[in-house]
Amino acid sequence: MTQQVKYYQTGTYTVGNRLLDQEQRTVQASLDRSNALDSGHRACQGCGEALGARFAIDAAMRATDNQLIACNATGCLEVFTTPYPETAWQMPWIHSLFGNAAAVATGVAAAQRVKGKKEVRVIAQGGDGGTTDIGFGCLSGMFDRNDDVLYICYDNQAYMNTGVQRSSATPPAARTATTMPVGPNPGNEFGQGKNVPLVAMAHGIPYVATASVHDLHDLERKVTKAMSMRGARYIQIFVPCPLGWGSKPCDSIKLARMAAECGLWPLFEAEHGEITDSTKLRKPAKVDGYLKLQRRFAHMFKPGNEAQLEGMQALADKNIVKFDLLEEKGDEE
Amino acid sequence: MNKPFAITLDVGTSLVNHTGSWRTERPRYVDRIPPCNKTCPAGENIQQWLFHAEEGNYEQAFKTIMQDNPFPTIMGRVCYHTCESACNRKDVDEAVGINAVERFIGDEALRHGWTVECAPDTGKKVMVIGAGPGGLSAAYHLRRLGHSVTVFEAAPKAGGMLRYGIPKYRLPREKLAGEISRIEKLGVEIKTASPVTSVADTMKEGGFDACFLSVGAQVGGKVELPTDGSVPMFDAATVLKDLENEQLPDLNGHVVVYGGGNTAMDVARSATRMGALSVTVVYRRDRNMMPAHELEIHEALEEGVQLACLRTIKAVKNGELELEVMVTGEDNRPVGTGQTETVPATVLVQAVGQSVDLGPLNGLDGVEVKGGVVLVGKDMQTGAKGVFAGGDMIPSERTVTVAIGHGKKAAKNIDAFLRGEIFVAPAKHDDAGFGELNTWYYSDAPRSVRPVLDVARRQSGFAEVVGNLDEETAQYEARRCMSCGNCFECDNCYGVCPDNAITKLGPGEGFAFKYDYCKGCGICVAECPCGSIEMVPEDI
Repeated sequence: MTQQVKYYQTGTYTVGNRLLDQEQRTVQASLDRSNALDSGHRACQGCGEALGARFAIDAAMRATDNQLIACNATGCLEVFTTPYPETAWQMPWIHSLFGNAAAVATGVAAAQRVKGKKEVRVIAQGGDGGTTDIGFGCLSGMFDRNDDVLYICYDNQAYMNTGVQRSSATPPAARTATTMPVGPNPGNEFGQGKNVPLVAMAHGIPYVATASVHDLHDLERKVTKAMSMRGARYIQIFVPCPLGWGSKPCDSIKLARMAAECGLWPLFEAEHGEITDSTKLRKPAKVDGYLKLQRRFAHMFKPGNEAQLEGMQALADKNIVKFDLLEEKGDEE
Repeated sequence: MNKPFAITLDVGTSLVNHTGSWRTERPRYVDRIPPCNKTCPAGENIQQWLFHAEEGNYEQAFKTIMQDNPFPTIMGRVCYHTCESACNRKDVDEAVGINAVERFIGDEALRHGWTVECAPDTGKKVMVIGAGPGGLSAAYHLRRLGHSVTVFEAAPKAGGMLRYGIPKYRLPREKLAGEISRIEKLGVEIKTASPVTSVADTMKEGGFDACFLSVGAQVGGKVELPTDGSVPMFDAATVLKDLENEQLPDLNGHVVVYGGGNTAMDVARSATRMGALSVTVVYRRDRNMMPAHELEIHEALEEGVQLACLRTIKAVKNGELELEVMVTGEDNRPVGTGQTETVPATVLVQAVGQSVDLGPLNGLDGVEVKGGVVLVGKDMQTGAKGVFAGGDMIPSERTVTVAIGHGKKAAKNIDAFLRGEIFVAPAKHDDAGFGELNTWYYSDAPRSVRPVLDVARRQSGFAEVVGNLDEETAQYEARRCMSCGNCFECDNCYGVCPDNAITKLGPGEGFAFKYDYCKGCGICVAECPCGSIEMVPEDI
């Protein structure tokens, strides 16, 4: 009897892999992906959000057989995709205000329900500003009512569209236009901010997950899983921003990978308020490497700011324990 | 105006917005030369044949090897695989077991009787002298190019040093015969027991248009030692030749081998198999200076061979050898201490280098000889027009793989010569160094190890020491290849472009950039696992 050869050179780390069965490859690897977010959009070079949005929406399009409507909060994603009269969206897409995407999506879902179109599914999407700050009331209401909407937050950790101001998703120590690296505690304050995935979990909604543009298989699996469920669901995707972070455009995926591997961006999922799984760190690293590639953290490496660096490492270490991110030996494929 | 309320412009797609104009650098697909290919003395396209093996297409892998080397099954046994020492994967975990996979492919080819095609006959005739690895390689490549080839071999059987220098436990003779016979079936004529006494005469008589000389270094050297005649002395080349001809040399009792090269190891390990009481290798320098391949030394030690390093033989008397203890002096030269010791010896075999029999070259005008070897130009041509040379008889490293590489290179030059042209090698690609790779994407995978015969069985016979990989393991090993510098269609670039500016052309066709939309961010370059995309400045 011949045994299945299990080793696939790059396994499922790359987007596709000519040695893998079709169903094991990502949606992005396929010739017929929907490209819901098409070329010609005006995002900056190396935009993580453009990437994250196409990854997520293409996966959702496949999961719903293209029966999908997206409601977009104001923000970068909206501005760069739809400068009137052009649109980069190849799907039904509706604009909303900065703060009410969740409420608009609730309405669209209700309309589909009234019209008896069960198969038509609804996604709301926005950046971290529109989600964790301005749209937070509407979002919490959507969770509270368990409306049949998947809300996707593309988290680039500040208000990039309006000129890089701090949001409640901005990490400690980060320089933004409103948290300049001056004074005794340069950059954003430690100990403040809002972890919306955990807040969403506190609502007890059916599904909450974090994802990242560096791990496409994981991202697509989570979106697909979310679309297989009904009720309020929430995914927050980590999307590096070269402009706001002061990083090289070519490093966007690398930064996402480093953020995850050092523990600052834990990948996990939760159902009905309980964490069900977390992605183990493949090659665990310290936070320094990740921080060094971004000018928003440059001040942390100046003499006298060692405590900030230690504080950041402590946050990462805490995540590693809290979300159980370390691999038990012997699990490797 | 027939437009909805508050709408004044027709809504259209963003495709009208050619964001490619933002770009200052453009990505482009490149092929780089992986370190394995670069270092292979036979010039094999290793990365490419591993690519086919990864898919389980072993016949295509075989055909790819055969473009450069007609002996995969032999290579998979006797090559010292410089490719593995150069492999980029060694910086991730361990080098890919290229040699083992090559052997698996070679054995599969013999098992299935796979072969290759030759070009239409050109009507040109080439003679090759010496049916060793160099001569057979040249003959094979010339035949594939459509020339008529006759190989003259002095020994009763073809193979040269493959047969008369490499013992059976490293290269089973049916494998050797199989690969030689495949070359014969392509139309190469091999005349064994046909020594050529004069190259010039034989060329003229046979009406040959060109000649390739590869007679090897078959003459065993000996150091003059003061002896009372109590211990018989042989040279290693003769011992190994006799072994092959079944004229078993008397390697009983206490066998001492003088020298530290691969040939010394071959003799020592053969003596072990013939039931010697003890086998000692005497070498005048330090252990780490031994020219023998580390693996050979390792296996010899496993089989009970003893090393006496930093020793020279001063004299032979009363059935004993008097050894002088040496120390390492300046420039790593061994310096005598005057202190001596004795070891018992029943027989002494000297493995202190071999030289070339240049007799057949007499009467060839223009051939230049220096230090006992024949000088050749970049085109492998000797000073005599139309006479090319390679293998151990020209100045170079003396290994099977180097000789095979010489044969290929000579064949290309001879082919050009026959057409009245000069062979120009195609330009080399840039190197695929470790820095070009993004190794995060490769799965962790330890190297698979070939089974090795029990020491007890190795000491008692000439059975092959190193075993074969089974298919599953061979394919696993092939898939450890990182495909350095050459696209293996992982779809990463196609997936990671934020601007959807890459077209996937389908299996085997690769990808193309949509330069109308590519903003030149460089993510595709950064995330390409194997380094086969580069950024180049735009002309602005």
